[in-house]
Amino acid sequence: MKPTDINSKVKPLFFKEHQRGIYKSLEDKHTTIEEIDSEDPLNSKMILNMGPQHPATHGVLRLILQLRGELIEKTKIDIGYLHRGVEKIAENKTYQEFMPYTDRMDYLSPYSNNVALCLAVEKLAEVEVPERAQYIRMICSELARISSHLLWLGTMVMDAGAISFFIWTFREREKIYDIFDEVAGHRFTVSHSRIGGVANDFTDDAVARIKEFVETFPQELKDWHGLLDRNRIFIDRNKDVGIVKTEDALDIGATGPVLRAAGYAVDQRIITPYLRYDKVDFEIPTRLEGDNLARYFVRMEEMAESIKIIEQCFDKMPKGPIRTNNAKQAYPSKDEVYYSMEGMIHDFMMTDTGICPPAGKEVYHAVESPKGELGYFIQSDGTGHPWRLKINAPSFRNLQVLENILDGEMVADTVVIIGGIDPVMGEADK
Amino acid sequence: MSLELNDTLQGVVDGLSSNYSEDLIEVYQSCDHTYIRTEAENIVELCKYLKEKHHFIFLCDILGTDRYTSDERFEVIYNMMNLRSRDRLFIKIRVEEENPVVKTVTPIWKAAGWYEREVYDMFGIRFEGHPDHRRIFMPEDYEYFPLRKEFPLLGIPGSIELPNTTPDTE
Repeated sequence: MKPTDINSKVKPLFFKEHQRGIYKSLEDKHTTIEEIDSEDPLNSKMILNMGPQHPATHGVLRLILQLRGELIEKTKIDIGYLHRGVEKIAENKTYQEFMPYTDRMDYLSPYSNNVALCLAVEKLAEVEVPERAQYIRMICSELARISSHLLWLGTMVMDAGAISFFIWTFREREKIYDIFDEVAGHRFTVSHSRIGGVANDFTDDAVARIKEFVETFPQELKDWHGLLDRNRIFIDRNKDVGIVKTEDALDIGATGPVLRAAGYAVDQRIITPYLRYDKVDFEIPTRLEGDNLARYFVRMEEMAESIKIIEQCFDKMPKGPIRTNNAKQAYPSKDEVYYSMEGMIHDFMMTDTGICPPAGKEVYHAVESPKGELGYFIQSDGTGHPWRLKINAPSFRNLQVLENILDGEMVADTVVIIGGIDPVMGEADK
Repeated sequence: MSLELNDTLQGVVDGLSSNYSEDLIEVYQSCDHTYIRTEAENIVELCKYLKEKHHFIFLCDILGTDRYTSDERFEVIYNMMNLRSRDRLFIKIRVEEENPVVKTVTPIWKAAGWYEREVYDMFGIRFEGHPDHRRIFMPEDYEYFPLRKEFPLLGIPGSIELPNTTPDTE
């Protein structure tokens, strides 16, 4: 009968232009809703809002799906519900002061974020970091990767319908939290990596805990492989679902496991080795299918590779200092602060102005965080705080992929596909 | 400062200076990476050339910076990668404060879609020909651009509209 456009049906209470803008962007010749369509007597065409606040949308992700029956015709993703202006805050803090904020970006693997910022600032200010600190950072980053992948695994399998799995992966995550508690003094937002080194050395207890975890975890992984790899329900829900085609993956800007599951072995640990990743042997798991199942295999194998890296780090880790000795570049140890005047002055100077990289210098440094390439771009103006700090966030890039791959899928698969992409909104919204 | 360029980047600099010599402004290095500043007009052609002839097929990021109080206030930086030789390259262009408009590179890399929207949202630089030119983090009704230097850290009170009624609890 009468065609009416979507916007006439939308009555937003606030952010009027914004809501209208989203629906307008959905609109083309396919999306004009007709009052009663002669081809659509059951009125199966509809616009479905998923999220922002629903456990299945992994935080505060809002999806606007245009449906025809159970088929998604077109997707728009609305983000920004968690936007905290982290880059603006960075411009008004010293480099060290900004460190705790990085923990809260990708809050499922805080350690990777700490390391990414530290490495960028160290490259900018030419700070030499002792060998032992590098290995400590590597071990903790790999633990963070396992921790992040465990949460993805638990929630993704839960999205596919299995609840008890979630508890098992959280049991393992709990062990990693205990390790971080011992290493850094915090369970969740660790802020352990510092500019010029790390906050404190591994205790004997911490080393024992990590070694125990490294020994027991591969068996768990094997059990999970046994449960899922040939599980009919799991395979049927994930195979050929949410396919990122190999030829599209680079073009849409996929990164991390999403890109590797589509066939490109792009990993910053290999492409531009940082820390001591050139000294250890590991492989980059890849798949060609680009579907959800491929991403599952890539991440599972990555966890096994992480265990391998941690074992090698313990073999190669030398004894020695864990922070640079130059008091103009890093905080002095608390012993110096409490018992010497110079130490106290340096501590005050570090807190007040912090490290001052040369004016006009620019740096970009990327690490391979669990979600993909996490890069910090910093422009210095010679003061203690960055002139411009830009975070290249992997979740943000992968969400753009999600917007492109959902078209043509079923509504029921949406949740599994979001799980497979593994976005963290804290990082995507910055 | 003398430049230390490897074969790929030397090829890029030579290729650009022979084909786009009028656009090229400066080439410099900072912390291991190479930055090339060019005129803003031909950015699309130049990116296309880099992608097709020099294999920079992976666009990692587009970012804006605010050179507050300088002429040509804004800068847009394209961060791209050559996956064959594993080189990273930064292309920079500068944009005027009054009516900042840049041509979009979405036809070359689809990935540019969201990156350009983010630059627009934070700095107010518009991208001509963008297929879905909306703000990305802030609501469309928002009048300001938060990462500009004159925007106060504490925000502007009352700048975001809140619902004036209590939500229906049913």
